[in-house]
Amino acid sequence: MPYTGHSPDEEKDLLAAIGVGRFDDLIQALPQSLRLTRPVGIPPGMSELELRRLFDEAERGNYDPRRTPSFIGAGLYDHDIPAVVRHMTLRSEFYTAYTPYQAEVAQGTLMTIFEFQTMVCELTGMDVANASMYDAGSAAAEAALLAATATSRTKILVARSFHPHHRAIMETYGHSPGLEFVDLGGENPLTAAEVTAACDSRTAALVVQQPNFLGGIENLAELAEAAHAAGALFVVSADPVSLGILEPPGRLGADIVVGEGQNLGNPPSYGGPACGLFACKKDLVRRLPGRLVAETVDVEGRRGFVLTLQTREQHIRREKATSNICTNNNLVALGFTITLALLGPAGLAEMSKLCLQKARYAESRLVKIPGVKRDPLGPFFCEFAIRLPKPASQVIDRVYRDSGILAGFDLGRVNPAWGDRLLVAVTEKRTREEIDSLAASMGRVLA
Amino acid sequence: MKAKRNLRLIYDRNVPGHRAHRMPPSDVPELAAHDALPSYAIRTAPPRLPEVREPEAVRHYIRLSALNHHVDKAIYPLGSCTMKYNPKINEDLAGLPGLAGLHPMAPQDLVQGLLGMLHRFGRELAEVVGMDEVSLHPAAGAQGELLGIRLVRQYHDAKGNRKKTIIIPDSAHGTNPATARMVGFEVKELKSKSDGKLDVEALRRMVDAETAAIMVTNPNTLGHFETEIEEVARIIHDVDALLYLDGANLNAMLGLTRPGDMGADIVHINLHKTFSTPHGGGGPGAGPIAVRSKLAPYLPVPVIVEKDGRFALEEDRPGSVGRLHPYVGNVGIILRAFAYLRALGCDGLARVSRAAIVNANYLMRQVEQDYPVAYPGPCMHEFVVSCTWMKKHGVKNGDVAKRMLDYGVHAPTVSFPLIVHDCLMIEPTESESRASLDSLGEILREIAREVREEPDTVIGAPHDTPVRRLDEGAAARNLVLRWRPTEGTERG
Repeated sequence: MPYTGHSPDEEKDLLAAIGVGRFDDLIQALPQSLRLTRPVGIPPGMSELELRRLFDEAERGNYDPRRTPSFIGAGLYDHDIPAVVRHMTLRSEFYTAYTPYQAEVAQGTLMTIFEFQTMVCELTGMDVANASMYDAGSAAAEAALLAATATSRTKILVARSFHPHHRAIMETYGHSPGLEFVDLGGENPLTAAEVTAACDSRTAALVVQQPNFLGGIENLAELAEAAHAAGALFVVSADPVSLGILEPPGRLGADIVVGEGQNLGNPPSYGGPACGLFACKKDLVRRLPGRLVAETVDVEGRRGFVLTLQTREQHIRREKATSNICTNNNLVALGFTITLALLGPAGLAEMSKLCLQKARYAESRLVKIPGVKRDPLGPFFCEFAIRLPKPASQVIDRVYRDSGILAGFDLGRVNPAWGDRLLVAVTEKRTREEIDSLAASMGRVLA
Repeated sequence: MKAKRNLRLIYDRNVPGHRAHRMPPSDVPELAAHDALPSYAIRTAPPRLPEVREPEAVRHYIRLSALNHHVDKAIYPLGSCTMKYNPKINEDLAGLPGLAGLHPMAPQDLVQGLLGMLHRFGRELAEVVGMDEVSLHPAAGAQGELLGIRLVRQYHDAKGNRKKTIIIPDSAHGTNPATARMVGFEVKELKSKSDGKLDVEALRRMVDAETAAIMVTNPNTLGHFETEIEEVARIIHDVDALLYLDGANLNAMLGLTRPGDMGADIVHINLHKTFSTPHGGGGPGAGPIAVRSKLAPYLPVPVIVEKDGRFALEEDRPGSVGRLHPYVGNVGIILRAFAYLRALGCDGLARVSRAAIVNANYLMRQVEQDYPVAYPGPCMHEFVVSCTWMKKHGVKNGDVAKRMLDYGVHAPTVSFPLIVHDCLMIEPTESESRASLDSLGEILREIAREVREEPDTVIGAPHDTPVRRLDEGAAARNLVLRWRPTEGTERG
């Protein structure tokens, strides 16, 4: 009887107290024709010991992330997670609570969300941030929907250097409202001229990523000006760790900033659960999707925190809601919040600077290998693309077999024309020794 | 009573120069930001982040945590949310470094153990709900709904059907109409019968060639099984529309009956409800959907497929609605749900729904004298009571909810479903023991006595919580949505 159930005697007593003789008397509304007459076809229940064996076996069927230096990023980066984080997120008080519907007994959750909103505003340079979305992709999609309703326009310009998966999610969300997605630019950072040429009176938003999918740095102020000149909103998807060293999009004209909060304080977990950051300018707050926490006072005048502007939300507005989202990814947001509290401004600056330095060092080592060159060129933060003399998938495979290192992301997986290109991410966790080993191994493989 | 102090944020504990976590020294050549980045891209002022030492940070978050009610402390009878116990082993298993540490862009050959497990869970979930195919991608129930209704659209578009409307009963969750609108459908509201159930005759009159689907919650939000669900399926299928089953209340059906056997074409499953994954203070959850094979071609990419014992992520699916999740779903949550499903096994599943149903009926009996049940008769996993009689004492349902907090239990869902005035929706779940149910029954009866004899105690509640009743109106009028360094001057 794991986690549940009453003993036969207990159940008999409970049924007697209810006033029925048998359990069946309680489910008379369930037609006989619909009742299962056999057990569901899954294996019998397992003990903890058996479960551990099952999961250990699954674990052994994968590469071992503890012993595998990884240079894979492409949206999710391998950052240091302070030990405190797991101790706090495993507190029952946080992880077994639900959405703060009863604010008086949920101040802990509400206050951490308020801290989260503050930190997201500080990082992005925006006025308002919500309590988080599912992931950066759905956050970008909701930003496109918001831009369309705010401008009463339908065309969304997306930089070709935007994360292709996030781009695809925007399209899934935008399908029924009839949004039209137009790709612009190339592999290099977008130019204002390209934006101006693509903008027209139907353009609701320009959507770019900073640093972009290939690692490049966009000139946000220039792009913002071009988008605003056409009456479009400027949406930026930004990596929060990069914002320790990069100018916040909010100071460069962004109207909405989204991003992936999983990158701070949370393991990759094969891509989920994630935590979409969503921040905007003050004048868009009533169109903001998702949960929002505000400070207020109780009847005795003492400070307290509540969910606010719920009239935007689906349980009140039903078919008139701004979105159907009714939660946030709170526990992931908590990991993000605690990590930033522990890092502080100095720690975040150091983390982002280490990423920058190590990535530059890695670049300098890799381009020395004959046949390897940067493509595209240009400044970058912690990730860059290189062109190889052999298919990237092959090189990744051989480097892994040669040295046990994951060399990067095979760009051919998102664009067949990029089959000879490798996207290499370097975070503060990679050591000089690991970078040197990668370069040496790739040199051997390509020799 | 302990003296209450004003709540403090981490920012209020700031001491300039303090820090809790440091980075290793650089082992590569020094490089200034200006030598690596264009000047327009370099941050000009650091973000205001807290400056605290580790002990202060830990004490702060421990203090904050102590302000929360949670399942591990006491009953959380929030109707429709299925706040059941979260088994501890699941946290350990999902947190295994060899699973939690995997990168979604790693070569597929190197993550066969995980892909195999996800594939197997999908198959087993399909069997539990009696459907053909599963997509694990949706990150939440609401996103599962979004995908489900998007599939409805794709299905009809592919067949060239001109469909415009989705029928939704008036007892449905707010997400149903919100989702239907997001996918561009018109919503037709179906009024419930006087017994709270689906009005099959009205449905028969309502459906037409433009009906795309009906969204049905079963058991419905009153906690009653929709006895005529098979007839609903026939009516809907007769006009080539689809039956969408909102799986919010799947907990009442585990091992007992299956949405697929009722004729459902699409069902979403809230892993954070039925499959015990923790609610995390509001997420992350996971909302996989299960479909009939006729809808399988439209599922989002990538799909995990098995070929000769190897697993691969298939991207090339021409009919697919596209991508919904950046990768393959909330894997960390899915692994917890898989552990739970396997812990229960075929023998344990039916015990869950059985105990959930027994508990709800027992609790209903304990309180029905003071809290009239809106639609009498045995319930499934939850029931809805009305507080209208309290009006003459000046008390509302929300006051009862607040008073419950003083007794150390969480409140039920308040004012939902919309078709019952002044209601409370109570779902004890199978996790609760008889002692726990007796205790909740006693609390509710005591509050009813207070309503009659000392209503002010209830109206003024809560009295004993970390903060007292909060001014939501003021919060919305004077929006303070973030901390500012100089309180009062920079707000707004």
